[in-house]
Amino acid sequence: MDPVRPVPAGVPSMGGASVGPDLADLLKLCGRGDQSAFAQLYDAVSARVHGLAVRVVRDPAQAEEVAQEAFLEIWKNSGRFDPDRGSPLGWLLTIVHRKAVDRVRSAEASTRRDRTYHHQNQPVDHDSTAEAAQASLEARRVRAALESLTPIQREALELAYFGGYTHTEVATMLDLPVGTAKTRIRDGLIRLRDTMGVGA
Amino acid sequence: MSDIHALSGAYAVDALDDLERAGFERHLADCETCRNEVASLREASALLAETTVTAPSAGLRDRVLADIATVRPLPPISVPATTGRSGRGRRFPALVAAAAAVVALLTGGVVWQVLDGPDSRAEQIIQADDAERFTQAFPGGATATITVSKKLNGAVIETSDMPAAPAGHSYALWLQHERDMVPAGIMPSGADNTVVLSGDAATADGAGITVETTGEVHDEPEGEVVALFEFEA
Repeated sequence: MDPVRPVPAGVPSMGGASVGPDLADLLKLCGRGDQSAFAQLYDAVSARVHGLAVRVVRDPAQAEEVAQEAFLEIWKNSGRFDPDRGSPLGWLLTIVHRKAVDRVRSAEASTRRDRTYHHQNQPVDHDSTAEAAQASLEARRVRAALESLTPIQREALELAYFGGYTHTEVATMLDLPVGTAKTRIRDGLIRLRDTMGVGA
Repeated sequence: MSDIHALSGAYAVDALDDLERAGFERHLADCETCRNEVASLREASALLAETTVTAPSAGLRDRVLADIATVRPLPPISVPATTGRSGRGRRFPALVAAAAAVVALLTGGVVWQVLDGPDSRAEQIIQADDAERFTQAFPGGATATITVSKKLNGAVIETSDMPAAPAGHSYALWLQHERDMVPAGIMPSGADNTVVLSGDAATADGAGITVETTGEVHDEPEGEVVALFEFEA
């Protein structure tokens, strides 16, 4: 686990907290084909990338596949990262999240539905997940920030982000009127954003 | 219409279905407020990943590093100039802007590669010595590749694993000539197709795929944009 580092003044927490090297610099080097820069990038973010993939996809083997695909996509698009549009970590986790969501949705749409359904209902190893996550001060800050959301906002956001469900599905799952889950998700994200001070 | 802004949060966490997403991405091209909001909400959503940090197996690192050694990073995006002039093709600048915004916001990319080596019209185009291929990958693993041969004045689209268009709709093909999108045919149903585009491919600047109501005839795109291909770097 990375030791917790102080956040440099003026730098949003997503940009540097508990991540050593400057990810934006590494991405720039990757865009020019620098494989050792990518190895450094991997070491800095792999636990986040993998953790997110596991949380969404659940099946460990499929989660690693998703992480592997996402890393390849990150490499291919590294020269297109624009620091003016957001943080490196935000950018690359967006890629990972999209891949993970695509995987759970396409798995459900395919004939493998039954098998995957059972896989997805295997319990995730919450102990090791929690252990790793506990080490991060950032994780505690995020959990605290999530506590400031209303229960419906938090549930809607988590079902969408971690569950990979569409806002329409979330509305049905939470017995919300059609069209209101998207508002809860948005409100929850805004609260989280403002509490954590990210995204300018 | 104004209601579409409310989709920003669901979009930021990938909680839109494919049609909603295509519509919202088109909206993003014209709405700076939403672009900024999506960017900031994505930062917020990425924070959630801080609560699930889990180291992968050691083998993943080796596989990832082996993967990237075989692929070159994509060139930076150059957004075509779309300012000025309006006219009959007025919808198209919006399409270009939409595509640029989508590429910038997501990661989708246009990859090109050259093939070599020679049967049907489609085969001839694909195997022409000046063939250029433009591939787009879609969520879920679908791909669409357009191969253009200027010498043969032809373009071929090959799709793989394309999800069906929504009920009552079809994928429509377009060739871009300056600011006009000219109809180039309709894709047959089916996930895997090889179709020769009708029209003047040699002078086209690009191609597009939209979702249009089946049976309706349009002389310019009206439906959601699925993909755009730019023939010039």
